[in-house]
Amino acid sequence: MPHSDSSITGVSNEVDRLLHLFAPFPASVIPLLQEIQGHYGYISETNLTRVATYAHAPKSTVYSVATFYSQFRLTRPGKYLIRICQGTACHVLGANSICEHLEEQLGVKVGETTGDGLFTLESVRCLGCCSLAPVMMIRDEAYGRLTRGRVDAIIDAYRNRAEK
Amino acid sequence: MSRVTEVWVGLATCGVAAGAELVYSTFESSLAKHNLPVTMKRVGCIGMCYNEPLVDVVTADENRFTYGHVCPEDVERIVTEHILNGQPVNELLIPADGFFEHQVRIVLENCGLIDPEVLEEYQRHDGYKALQRVLSELTPAEVIEEIKSSGLRGRGGAGFPTGVKWGFAAREPGPEKFLVCNADEGDPGAFMDRSVLEGDPHRVIEGMIIAAYAIGAPHGYIYVRAEYPMAIKRLKKAIAAADQAGFLGENILGSDFSFEIKIKTGAGAFVCGEETALIASIEGKRGTPRRRPPYPAVSGLWGRPTNINNVETLANIPWIIRHGAKEFAHYGTEDSRGTKVFALAGKINHSGLIEVPMGMSIKEIVFDIGGGLRENKKFKAVQIGGPSGGCIPAKLADVPVDYKSITQTGAIMGSGGLIVLDEDTCMVDITRFFLDFTQKESCGKCTFCRIGTKRMLETLTRICDGKGVPEDVANLIELANKVKAYSLCGLGQTAPNPVLTTTKYFRNEYDTHIIDKSCQAHVCKALIHYEIDPSACKNCRLCTKQCPAQAISQGEGDHQEIDQSVCIKCGQCYEVCPFGAITIQ
Repeated sequence: MPHSDSSITGVSNEVDRLLHLFAPFPASVIPLLQEIQGHYGYISETNLTRVATYAHAPKSTVYSVATFYSQFRLTRPGKYLIRICQGTACHVLGANSICEHLEEQLGVKVGETTGDGLFTLESVRCLGCCSLAPVMMIRDEAYGRLTRGRVDAIIDAYRNRAEK
Repeated sequence: MSRVTEVWVGLATCGVAAGAELVYSTFESSLAKHNLPVTMKRVGCIGMCYNEPLVDVVTADENRFTYGHVCPEDVERIVTEHILNGQPVNELLIPADGFFEHQVRIVLENCGLIDPEVLEEYQRHDGYKALQRVLSELTPAEVIEEIKSSGLRGRGGAGFPTGVKWGFAAREPGPEKFLVCNADEGDPGAFMDRSVLEGDPHRVIEGMIIAAYAIGAPHGYIYVRAEYPMAIKRLKKAIAAADQAGFLGENILGSDFSFEIKIKTGAGAFVCGEETALIASIEGKRGTPRRRPPYPAVSGLWGRPTNINNVETLANIPWIIRHGAKEFAHYGTEDSRGTKVFALAGKINHSGLIEVPMGMSIKEIVFDIGGGLRENKKFKAVQIGGPSGGCIPAKLADVPVDYKSITQTGAIMGSGGLIVLDEDTCMVDITRFFLDFTQKESCGKCTFCRIGTKRMLETLTRICDGKGVPEDVANLIELANKVKAYSLCGLGQTAPNPVLTTTKYFRNEYDTHIIDKSCQAHVCKALIHYEIDPSACKNCRLCTKQCPAQAISQGEGDHQEIDQSVCIKCGQCYEVCPFGAITIQ
């Protein structure tokens, strides 16, 4: 689970440890943001400021970098991040209807997180598994040759896993 | 029959997505259960993604039996019948379908045949021999000459001669220079680089070391997409192993040459495939391109001379050094030497990764290698070169795939995405799809790209929504030509290609959308509706149960009916009806 970053000082030490993985230069901004997001699932305003201070870069520059690249998230995602592929092969093989189905099943739109904090639905441009289109990825797990039925089964499996 | 000694499982991202991990572990436990002395091997992608998960059963005399679509339930049978009793399970073997016959494998020569995480496997297949030869026999200038005379052109899209590019960086003063491998494969529908990095990472590293030696660069970067976690993992492992073995680091193989490689993970920006944007991104900035000159060869990363090559370009290098420029130039055409790797996907039977000699016709690729279209549908077009490319219609299927011929059609070779489109693909919709992509990926720095792509997308969306007006097409073409001419970088300069090729080859589809308000491919939702044919409907109510919008109910008489005002046109009723009673109008 992503930690809340203001609660305990142990967390701040953890951020310090992550920061010190890279040299304190502006060139480290992207890998620093990646490391923090990899750990917490997103980049909080506090952590964004810490990156700026550590890398000797203006906060505005770090913010502009964080919002330029599609990888970075400034809000906390759900436990399972679902990335539905909207690449060309997936598009011509019906990714749209799979995506609509996911939205319907989860009750959220692309970019949103379910109320129980379990799933965040995002769309991405091509996961590079075009021959298994349509494809989606949950965390780092790729699922190919999707149909509505298969999507339901996969989502159910994650729901069950979360309940245990 | 010779004894089975090895079992290989294809475990690239595509194989894993198809469930190959479970197949691998099932084999492991089954072999253990039967106490069989068979070595399990994790291999990369051989390209036959349409048969995933793939398992090769290999005998002591190196005969390979390939099983396709293997499920965990098939494993016990393969183990007992084939491995234990020497009887291949014929019904599970993949049939010979011509997929490999027409291919020439240079870049992909090891993909799917070696364990990418084991350096010795690569070395057994002549790995790092090219580097040994280069360091002991050739001067940097001789290496550049060899690559020049091979005729190799950059495989990232633009097709600039690689040897010439190396020459630019080589003549700049050192010692601080950079060699960058561009693995930011952002084209949707392309997975060539991913497969090479996952299936044969040492090959790319060897190519990089040779390139760095040629230009005199002590530092190397691989800029790879964050969306490729497995490729990153394997690259890291490969770099560590190469370092350990003395192929990287100080005084490589006892020579004076030293070289190190670092990995930079991209953060999701298509424009970073452009050289100057990529450099900005490595420097930790927003990935926006800048004006050239100065070119990166003169002033690149941190103002130092920098040479950037694509993954596939670098993967060609060891082969060229080992076999000679002449042997390489023997494949392909006059202006396009060697082979090209394509990611074949879309409405095609054999979707996967292929490598063909340059100059092969589109028809041969689609039908002889690709096995034709799914469900025997009618071949409409190929989309080549990703969102920067264009759509080449079926009537031009005899066009040879080389830089010159493809450019003449209005498309570009691009990095190697080849998406096959059939009669059910709407050309206006696919164009809208690509513009949606380029518009979102436009970095916003220059006006033509930022606003031009937005206006083109708005026009295309309007046409797809049935609100197109007759002057839309002429306006689109005019705008497309301007964006192409005046944009700052390759993204904007090529973004109009889908518009220009589809308006050129599929003008009639635009007209039917605008004038007749109909979409013949039944893709554009605003221009279609579903109806139930009362005479074919058996009143089974499957559609009613399936409908997520509760738009279907009992009609007057023995049939169901769709309430058009409620219908969301998702098509689920159409898919589920066993009697074909639901029609699209």
